[in-house]
Amino acid sequence: MRRYLVIALPYLWLLGLFLVPFLIVLKISLSDLNLSIPPYLPQLDPGAGWEGLKDFFSQLDLENFVFLTEDDLYWKAYLSSLKIAVVATLLTLCVGYPVAYGMARAPSEWRPTLMMLVILPFWTSFLIRVYSWMGILSTEGFLNQFLLWAGIISEPLIIMNTTKAVYIGIVYTYLPFMILPIYAALEKMDESLLEAAEDLGCSRLQAFWLVTFPLSKSGIIAGCFLVFIPSIGEFVIPSLLGGSDTLMIGKVLWEEFFNNRDWPVASAVAVVLLAILVIPIILFQRNEQKQREAEG
Amino acid sequence: MTFKLATATAVLAMTAASAFAEEVRVYNWSDYIDEELLAKFEEETGLDLVYDVFDSNEVLETKMLAGGSGYDVVVPTGSFLQRQIAAGAFQKLDKSKLPNLANMWDVISERTAQYDPGNEYSINYMWGTTGIGVNVGKVKEALGEDAPIDSLALILDPANMEKLGSCGVYMLDAPVEVIPGVLKYLGEDPDSKDPEVIAKAEDVLMAVRPYITKFDSSEYINALANGDICVAFGWSGDVLQARDRAAEADNGVEIAYNAPKEGALMWFDQMAIPADAPNPDGAHKFLNFIMDAHNMAAASNYVYYANGNKASQEFLVEDVIGDTAIYPDEATLANLYTFSPYDPKLQRTVTRMWTKVKSGN
Repeated sequence: MRRYLVIALPYLWLLGLFLVPFLIVLKISLSDLNLSIPPYLPQLDPGAGWEGLKDFFSQLDLENFVFLTEDDLYWKAYLSSLKIAVVATLLTLCVGYPVAYGMARAPSEWRPTLMMLVILPFWTSFLIRVYSWMGILSTEGFLNQFLLWAGIISEPLIIMNTTKAVYIGIVYTYLPFMILPIYAALEKMDESLLEAAEDLGCSRLQAFWLVTFPLSKSGIIAGCFLVFIPSIGEFVIPSLLGGSDTLMIGKVLWEEFFNNRDWPVASAVAVVLLAILVIPIILFQRNEQKQREAEG
Repeated sequence: MTFKLATATAVLAMTAASAFAEEVRVYNWSDYIDEELLAKFEEETGLDLVYDVFDSNEVLETKMLAGGSGYDVVVPTGSFLQRQIAAGAFQKLDKSKLPNLANMWDVISERTAQYDPGNEYSINYMWGTTGIGVNVGKVKEALGEDAPIDSLALILDPANMEKLGSCGVYMLDAPVEVIPGVLKYLGEDPDSKDPEVIAKAEDVLMAVRPYITKFDSSEYINALANGDICVAFGWSGDVLQARDRAAEADNGVEIAYNAPKEGALMWFDQMAIPADAPNPDGAHKFLNFIMDAHNMAAASNYVYYANGNKASQEFLVEDVIGDTAIYPDEATLANLYTFSPYDPKLQRTVTRMWTKVKSGN
């Protein structure tokens, strides 16, 4: 009995904080735009009983989803978000892996401090950290002033308000999510395996590639998903650091919601985005499960 | 509704606060009041004033249509107010609680009645025009002495924009401000609701978009004042604030504002009370306080916008009442036009077009 209670708890959590909100968004995406509070029809009237419920469901339709296929803006935005998220994830991996590797190979008394340094930026609000990048990257910002002073460049670099700034913002913000799982995987690795590899004639590079890298794969996959999933729907970073031609689905969603006041279409965009994300999330879970089975 | 929104801590904070004083929550545009007035209001009424700011009508409207914003007084622009009234977002004013209504100016009330018939739901706070702010020195450097700084051609003719682009041009990120101006420039009816006429504006904007540095509705005050940009298509008082900041900083930047000679959009920012305001009584006190002749004059003297308050005019400084960029003369006033809201279908077309103009997609 107690076992079921323990299992029920996470399911209740998912039900209350994921499934119910999703169903509300789904319901709005099937509604029609209307000038009222809130700005869509039909509203569910609990007082109307069974007839009211039937009437409510008969008014829902897929019109808004059809609309999304009619304008290429939405597909372009989805594809462009996908591209930005993939590239940013790979960049984060390139930066994060060496850091995690260095941490895992550091003397064990240093590791808690290094870990602390990775987590430390979370103590400052995410928004403030993104704002500070505006100060660093702008045409008159610290980076340009430094490079001009050092004589490396003669004209200021235009980074702010371009997609480059968005990549920098995403890599910076999500780096800890890449480092921590990779570090966790590398740290529990048995170092005698490397000695064995070298005894059997591997060079250091071969040993890394044939032993260390495969053993850290689970960490790499976890890290990549933790970076990829939030970056694809990212809104704050592209709107603060990106230019007006940085097309991301989060911004399109914002415009549907605020400028068009079209909650039904905005909800449809969100539902499609979720559908796109569910595929990598399922892949991720499969991978986790396989891992567990292999270990068990 | 409040209960739904309030977290446990907020409930605690609210009960603690109510033990001392009632709260009035005001949601107004950024850089839009003399902050000393806020302290004065608290002093006179004993109420606690919570003052938040926004920089786009769209954000305000979304809060209004979602309901339960928790604000007692909000300040939408006329065409947005009209739509929000239709959605049932506001409550009628209790005019018996607003003796200072007698101070209001009929010239403005007649025009705001276009959005709010009988001025049942709102009072005018400020009004102004949408026009062109220029850094005089830089623009003349780029285009010569006879640069058309009082014409929409400055920002809508690619020949001019080509030369201005490198020194910075900002444009309001608000299609309802920009598109009517473009239509006026083309000699069309700025308030046109014909999709084919509106589509003509797209071609003009697409031709100049490569030279527009940024679409933004609040940063241009500082950008103009610091000399970072040459031109901003923006709101009259904001540009005049930039002019004053530059003059105070004495940084050699000279800013000028002109209502386009082709005709300028005249807008009205109206104070209204949300239907679900937690403290409508306090909201009325705030409106009445604002309509006091001295207070309204203090606000205008600070933000360089004209107000709809006749009695306040005798307390306005010469810089404000005597400046035709703020209080236009008869000839300019006749050349101003107003704008009414789009229906939802047209709104979608317009927003889509705006996305295309901004992103090139």
